[in-house]
Amino acid sequence: MSTVKLTVNGKAVSAEVEDRTLLVHLLRDHLNLTGTHIGCDTSQCGACVVHIDGRAVKSCTVLAGQASGSTVTTIEGIAKGDELHPMQAAFRDNHGLQCGYCTPGMIMSAIDIVHRHSGNLDEATVRHELEGNICRCTGYHNIVKAVLDAAGRMKVAQAAE
Amino acid sequence: MYQTTYHRPSSVDEAASLFTKGSDAKYLAGGHTLIPVMKQRLASPSDVIDLGKIAELIGIEPTGDGIIIKAATTHSDVASSETVQKAIPVLAYLASLIGDPAVRHRGTIGGSLANNDPAADYPAAVLALGATVKTNKRSIAADDFFKGLFSTALDDGEIITAVSFPVQDKAGYAKFNHPASRFALTGVFVAKTPAGDVRVAATGASQNGVMRVPAIEAALKANWSAGAIDGVRISADGLMSDIHGTSDYRANLIKVMAQRAVIAAG
Repeated sequence: MSTVKLTVNGKAVSAEVEDRTLLVHLLRDHLNLTGTHIGCDTSQCGACVVHIDGRAVKSCTVLAGQASGSTVTTIEGIAKGDELHPMQAAFRDNHGLQCGYCTPGMIMSAIDIVHRHSGNLDEATVRHELEGNICRCTGYHNIVKAVLDAAGRMKVAQAAE
Repeated sequence: MYQTTYHRPSSVDEAASLFTKGSDAKYLAGGHTLIPVMKQRLASPSDVIDLGKIAELIGIEPTGDGIIIKAATTHSDVASSETVQKAIPVLAYLASLIGDPAVRHRGTIGGSLANNDPAADYPAAVLALGATVKTNKRSIAADDFFKGLFSTALDDGEIITAVSFPVQDKAGYAKFNHPASRFALTGVFVAKTPAGDVRVAATGASQNGVMRVPAIEAALKANWSAGAIDGVRISADGLMSDIHGTSDYRANLIKVMAQRAVIAAG
């Protein structure tokens, strides 16, 4: 057992976990942040994507100990109170989800994509960049629309700040 | 996953010392091979020693005639590095083809080389560019480093600290990737040295992991052009045959990828 200390969604947290604990299990089972999903558990589907120190990673393939000392952001940490993050709002407005299972990972990956490309995105880039996130409902069409829509909204929001 | 003990040393020396104390220790870099293998219970190390946050193992530096990439540098940092893009752009391109964005945020060059997966990308670059693998004990030339499937010249407990890449006159990489895993079904890296020598390495093809391709090297040395490879015959003996492609198919892919790599190299 080890004590893992990290910042999750802006709050300092500490948990006593077995060394074999994966970050996704720390989040879901110890911190009750069940918005992060486990899909394939083999680092392929992307349902478990969270940000560690601002970078999108698959939390099913990171030990909790590896994240100790880091800042982790999950799907629960991106809205400002009742106001959805622009990416969440764009997914809702563009019908970017059906069953919703992949959505937390899609949104966390999509925010990372917009950040890395400074908002300068086209459809081909979004489709290519989403290759580590699998959705079995939507055919990706509306997800891609949502990411492009959100890229514009995030640019506007950034300019306003 | 079986029980294990996680360690996070702050220096290479401390990591090596922890390794000798564990009964069956393993080093962890990005963890994108070791953790899946531990989850499948195909590996059950007593101790996992995390090299991923050791400061002396992270970073990219230009040298007089090339670049040094430290071992725990992630694929995404190599892909987006201005130093790499300026000195050896094909290396940044190769890193951008590995896995997906989230995988590239974790996976490291040292981890990839130490694992020596027969379909990994970096081994082809290291072998074709004639790079040198630096460890905490010595320097190992690329031609002496790769020893077959998941096997390298590294001693038990030895740690890759950096890879030194020379700039070559021309260099190109082409990969026919598996659409789900993004591993190379076959990938070929071609390089022409300032002295006029040609080095060609294929990954994803041989049952013994990354390999030089002497027939294509000879053809390109005589005439550096995609057309020069037309008449080369690649034997399917010793090539992988699996659900994704037969050995004959891979033999042909070696030629086609080599031609595309030459075109990309210019």
